[in-house]
Amino acid sequence: MSNPSFEVKVGLAEMLKGGVIMDVMSADQAKIAEDAGAAAVMALERIPALIRKDGGIARMSNPSMILAIQKTVSIPVMAKCRIGHFAEAQILEALEVDFIDESEVLTPADEANHIWKHDYKIPFVCGARDLGEALRRIGEGAAMIRTKGEAGSGNIVEAVRHMRRVQSEMKQLTVMGHDELMAQAKALGAPFTLVETVAKTGKLPVPNFAAGGIATPADASLMMQLGAESVFVGSGIFMSEDPPARAKAIVEATTYYDDPKKLAKISGALKDAMKGIDIADIPPEQRLQERGW
Amino acid sequence: MKIGVLALQGDFEKHSLLLEQLGITPVRIRYPHDLDTVEGLVFPGGESTTLMHLIEQNAFRTPLSEFAASHPVLGTCAGLILMATSVDDSRINPLGLLDIDARRNAYGRQVFSFTDQIQLTHFPDQRVSATFIRAPKITRIGTGIEILATWKNEPVGVMSGNHMALSFHPELDGYSGFHKYLFLS
Repeated sequence: MSNPSFEVKVGLAEMLKGGVIMDVMSADQAKIAEDAGAAAVMALERIPALIRKDGGIARMSNPSMILAIQKTVSIPVMAKCRIGHFAEAQILEALEVDFIDESEVLTPADEANHIWKHDYKIPFVCGARDLGEALRRIGEGAAMIRTKGEAGSGNIVEAVRHMRRVQSEMKQLTVMGHDELMAQAKALGAPFTLVETVAKTGKLPVPNFAAGGIATPADASLMMQLGAESVFVGSGIFMSEDPPARAKAIVEATTYYDDPKKLAKISGALKDAMKGIDIADIPPEQRLQERGW
Repeated sequence: MKIGVLALQGDFEKHSLLLEQLGITPVRIRYPHDLDTVEGLVFPGGESTTLMHLIEQNAFRTPLSEFAASHPVLGTCAGLILMATSVDDSRINPLGLLDIDARRNAYGRQVFSFTDQIQLTHFPDQRVSATFIRAPKITRIGTGIEILATWKNEPVGVMSGNHMALSFHPELDGYSGFHKYLFLS
């Protein structure tokens, strides 16, 4: 079979809009996520908060745990490969995962190049902190962008910074003249044709989700109101005191993000969220968001 | 004319764009009372387990069934699953708006998603491009069900009365023929 068109890959990203993608470390957790209404799960051996705690090299998950999760749930199963590690991506494709996250949460394998994602039948999602990074990844074939935030921190501040930055850089493009776009493409380090597209539509050409620090229903609401089309929740669910209830609450909050009364009701029944870390307490060299080029 | 698009999860925006192209005002349906203002409803694509979960959590089942009893309803992909009578998965308790059975993800995982030409039976266009994303298959067709579209001789679009279900996504391919036929003719 020939490679599905880029549109077919973006098509799955469209179907995930308004849904929550949850990090899970076992088939049991995947089941909890699915029962709570997750639109997809991300299979990984250690969620970002644990990767941060344990240190060492974080790699693609063991295929046997990915297969166990695929057997357990019917929703799409995503998995992460290291930045630039195209052999891990090839293995994930052979496993028929539904989406590959070329992720800064794992230790990068290439310090200059990301994967050429157009070569794969399976869609990719990549992190971005600004518009230039988002458009470089789309140029390489990413079918979905997620703002990076700071994974495993339980702190929303970086996710907000990145989403606001992407949105404001897109707005700027829409008011620029055509004669200004080439210089702006140079400044952003972004492919010119994609800069032109965003200048016309004011939107990324692929769905734009939020990730990295979402721990509460209010966090999900905040990111949706800032323009995210959906959210990834990593450590926020399974590092909390009540994963099933919190998973369900964040699913509801993503649908009813602009209904504060409903959000109050959803949030009221929850136990404690994950503890979280102040960004100032994470030394710059340990910030996952710095990875990616 | 106002047509509702169930906006709990999924590609409801793509359906809204298509309706706008037809001069119809799309209305996002997120609460049962939103149905009071519209003359028809679209169940978009998305994850059927997520949609089912949100329908049950938010007391939507009875209002949706009651609305469908007297209004046109279109479902695509996950929407077809919700409209079926029986689904091969205990996680889904479909609404039974059409006398068909469905099998989820019947073509396989995302790696087997595709775009191809389908054959239409009731339309001036006889072949259109259709995108199937982790699509369901219609595994049983009850009496009184009309087949609107086929792919490799298998039914992929069906209709009965004013209820229509498609296993693919005309909203992704920008083809408004089905929406027009159901809501405007």
